Amino acid sequence: MTDAPLLSIKGASKRFGAIAALEDVSLEVGAGEFFALLGPSGCGKTTLMRLVAGFETLDAGRIEIGGADMSGAPPHRRPVNLMFQSYALFPHLSVFENIAFGLRRQGKGRAEIAARVAELLQIVRLEGVETRRPDLLSGGQRQRVALARALAPGPRLLLLDEPLGALDRQLREETQFQIKEIQRRLKTSFVVVTHDQDEALVMADRIAVMRAGRIEQIGAPTEVYERPATRFVAGFIGQMNFLEGHIENGAFVGPFGRLPVEGGGLSQGAKAVLAVRPERIAIAPATQENAGLDGVVEDVAFRGETTHFRLRLSGGGTLRVSRGANSGAPFCVGDAARISIAPEAGRIFASE
Amino acid sequence: MQEGGKRRRLTRGEMLVIAAPYAWIALFFLAPFALIVKISLSRPAQARPPYEPVFDGAGLAGFFEKLSQLGLDAYRGLAEDSLYLDSYLSSLSIAGVATLVCLLIAYPFALAIARAPRRLRPVLIGFAVAPFWTSFLIRVYAWITLLKDEGIINHALMALGLIDAPLPMFATSGAVVVGIVYSYLPFMLLPLYAAIEGQDASLREAAADLGATPFQVFLHVTLPLSRRGIIAGALLVFIPSVGEFVIPDLLGGSDTLMIGRTLWNDFFANRDWPAASAAAVALLALLLIPILLYERAQLREGER
Repeated sequence: MTDAPLLSIKGASKRFGAIAALEDVSLEVGAGEFFALLGPSGCGKTTLMRLVAGFETLDAGRIEIGGADMSGAPPHRRPVNLMFQSYALFPHLSVFENIAFGLRRQGKGRAEIAARVAELLQIVRLEGVETRRPDLLSGGQRQRVALARALAPGPRLLLLDEPLGALDRQLREETQFQIKEIQRRLKTSFVVVTHDQDEALVMADRIAVMRAGRIEQIGAPTEVYERPATRFVAGFIGQMNFLEGHIENGAFVGPFGRLPVEGGGLSQGAKAVLAVRPERIAIAPATQENAGLDGVVEDVAFRGETTHFRLRLSGGGTLRVSRGANSGAPFCVGDAARISIAPEAGRIFASE
Repeated sequence: MQEGGKRRRLTRGEMLVIAAPYAWIALFFLAPFALIVKISLSRPAQARPPYEPVFDGAGLAGFFEKLSQLGLDAYRGLAEDSLYLDSYLSSLSIAGVATLVCLLIAYPFALAIARAPRRLRPVLIGFAVAPFWTSFLIRVYAWITLLKDEGIINHALMALGLIDAPLPMFATSGAVVVGIVYSYLPFMLLPLYAAIEGQDASLREAAADLGATPFQVFLHVTLPLSRRGIIAGALLVFIPSVGEFVIPDLLGGSDTLMIGRTLWNDFFANRDWPAASAAAVALLALLLIPILLYERAQLREGER
């Protein structure tokens, strides 16, 4: 982030009846930044987005866009556009008119509108369907029209509500990169709301992980992935092993044995959870003279570039381990193995 | 249809179910209509029934002879007597005005009900159709006491000193329009409500998000998306209004021409059944043409 933030949310709270949808949420999005609100359904991410768009009003807190306080500003006066999850394309208007809708409200001239619509269709790579009605388009085409329509008025901030949610898997991956490319080209700030961690990791510059109306962590994808701030973030993003135990003399001790770890500020004897990624665990034959925990391979899954193992520890508990293809000795189901976890590979959290 | 585009043979039960509505239409619409057409091709007579030829009791030879006696005299009469043309035009214009007024009154109501809290909507719709629980005739009669010279409205206006003499409201075409609007309003309201209530709320949000003011949202999203409701409501009000008899008879003046009254006079006062039947057949044709055009437009839209 540079300069003043484009979007600034301070202490935002919102209740729906007895349910607190948002509690004291603060975050900033910079100009030209690709930001993701990530969380399970019901975490408040959609509410937060609707507050920014102006469809809901805050109970407490403040939302500023480009330094201007947005409280009391109706949706049509905000320099923000929203791409709806359902796309919300106008069924009675052609693709052209859908995209031109915002331009007409701005009072642009005919020639300017035609040029702008053509430009947008080219940006989203969807030409030759101008005269069609939305219900005759495929899901992927509708998604592009929705994106073009939301971009048409030239918003400073584009909100995208689960933009890939309605697409099938292959199209989703392709579209992720297209959206990212469009964002980079236009230098508009994008805030994408998603429950899909892959989407957030692939597209966003920074991610806010939300849970139950609160923000758990804000950080770059690598930061959120490598150094999750809470146990929830650790479990929500990517594959993660959790081992239960306690802290003893700078080591993590449990029924499985003893692991040297970086203590995470927990006191002697405190109950703790060790979170470690499958790819951060080294696996080797048990015959070697190496330190670590012993276990038995229960399952082997070959996935092309990686191989995944499920390991039952002799002290109790199972671990998932992954490693690159053709690296190290081969294992079969039933083989004894020894795993080692470097002190900096895992994260220690206090037990909840 | 099943796979391969081959049509499956219908079971006997399915055929019965499909046949039922056709049988209903044949029995209660086509058969009586055929009788009306036949009478419209007859000539009036001082007899019982008051037209000839009568086919009853004629043998096969007699049947063909009588068939040849049928003719288009009654339709010629329709064309020659300007009373019919005037009645049709007046009916169409009264029904048209009433339909338009219905639309203008019902739309805000339908919009308000559709935007009301969800649990209130059925109650409000209930209020809107509540008058239907009393007799149509009584409701139209009630308007006489409201509109006549010594009626409640004129009394009130004179008591307030706004007018010196009673406004001539009763027994005018205007009173007929009021009666039609009042009686048929729910037929406009319900399809409009259904069309507005069924709209996806995110479309309005999208329009607002794209810079449309609340009025522009209405003009560019809500209104065009309720088009089908407008057309359905307009047809439901317009078609029965054109042939309306009771309302013009009770609220209209002696100079209020409507085809329903003209028909009634031909049947019961003049006992000219062929002329009345011909007028009825012509009316049906007049109303069917716009409906068929509408249906075709709907079909074409469905295909696009």
